[in-house]
Amino acid sequence: MKTIVTAENGKQDLLITREFDLPVESLFRAHVEPELIVQWMSNPYATAKLVKFEPKKHGSYHYESVDAAGNVVFNSHGVFHDVLPNTRIIRTFEMENGPFGIVLEFSEFESLGANKSKLTIHGIYESVVKRDELLKMPFREGMNMAHDKIQEIGENLK
Amino acid sequence: MNTRRDVFQAIADPTRRAILLLVASQAMSAGAIAANFDTARPTVSKHLQILTECQLLQQVQTGREIFYHFNAEKMNELVYFVKQFRDMWDERFNKLEDIMKQQKPQ
Repeated sequence: MKTIVTAENGKQDLLITREFDLPVESLFRAHVEPELIVQWMSNPYATAKLVKFEPKKHGSYHYESVDAAGNVVFNSHGVFHDVLPNTRIIRTFEMENGPFGIVLEFSEFESLGANKSKLTIHGIYESVVKRDELLKMPFREGMNMAHDKIQEIGENLK
Repeated sequence: MNTRRDVFQAIADPTRRAILLLVASQAMSAGAIAANFDTARPTVSKHLQILTECQLLQQVQTGREIFYHFNAEKMNELVYFVKQFRDMWDERFNKLEDIMKQQKPQ
């Protein structure tokens, strides 16, 4: 897995890092152009829709995720605080009826060469409890299993 | 009545899950499958019908008997569904990368 999720015990923040084989300009475009966003946010079971999307200072956004039968699976929304091309996006994020409250997200876009870039998302939650609610979601298991495996391999080397 | 079937319905029943595990390793006739269960033969037939409608099993006529084959490709629909929760961010970012590689540079 190329995406690394770091969550230290007892802290109310979360760090997600990921390197891409893309120029930083492409990585940034994928975050501000609606027709690109809906492509990578959608999957065979749910189609992402941008009900509202204003990637600029004081702009806001509203995503809708719709399943094959046309049911809205979830709604999420927030406000952009800063959008600096190829450098950063600062926004709030809230999943409606979600258990993890409102998140303040700092996304840093970094060039690592002509065809390499890095995305770092630093999410700050209202409390440790709210952050840990997010960590309970099943995607986290994949990470834990991988970490357990590394631990296991490491211990066998002793 | 022809109800809409999908893979999720297929695995909702414990007997059907057991049938899938049986047939995954080798194609079997309805009789051979039913022999593995205490359930009445018509009940097993009903489960086989549902699994076939959901396309997790395929019927292949071999001589006088019909053999049920496991359709691994259809099973992947389930795998994909679960995987997107497990690797939510990673899946999305892989997709982002693929999409942007196909884009013409601006």
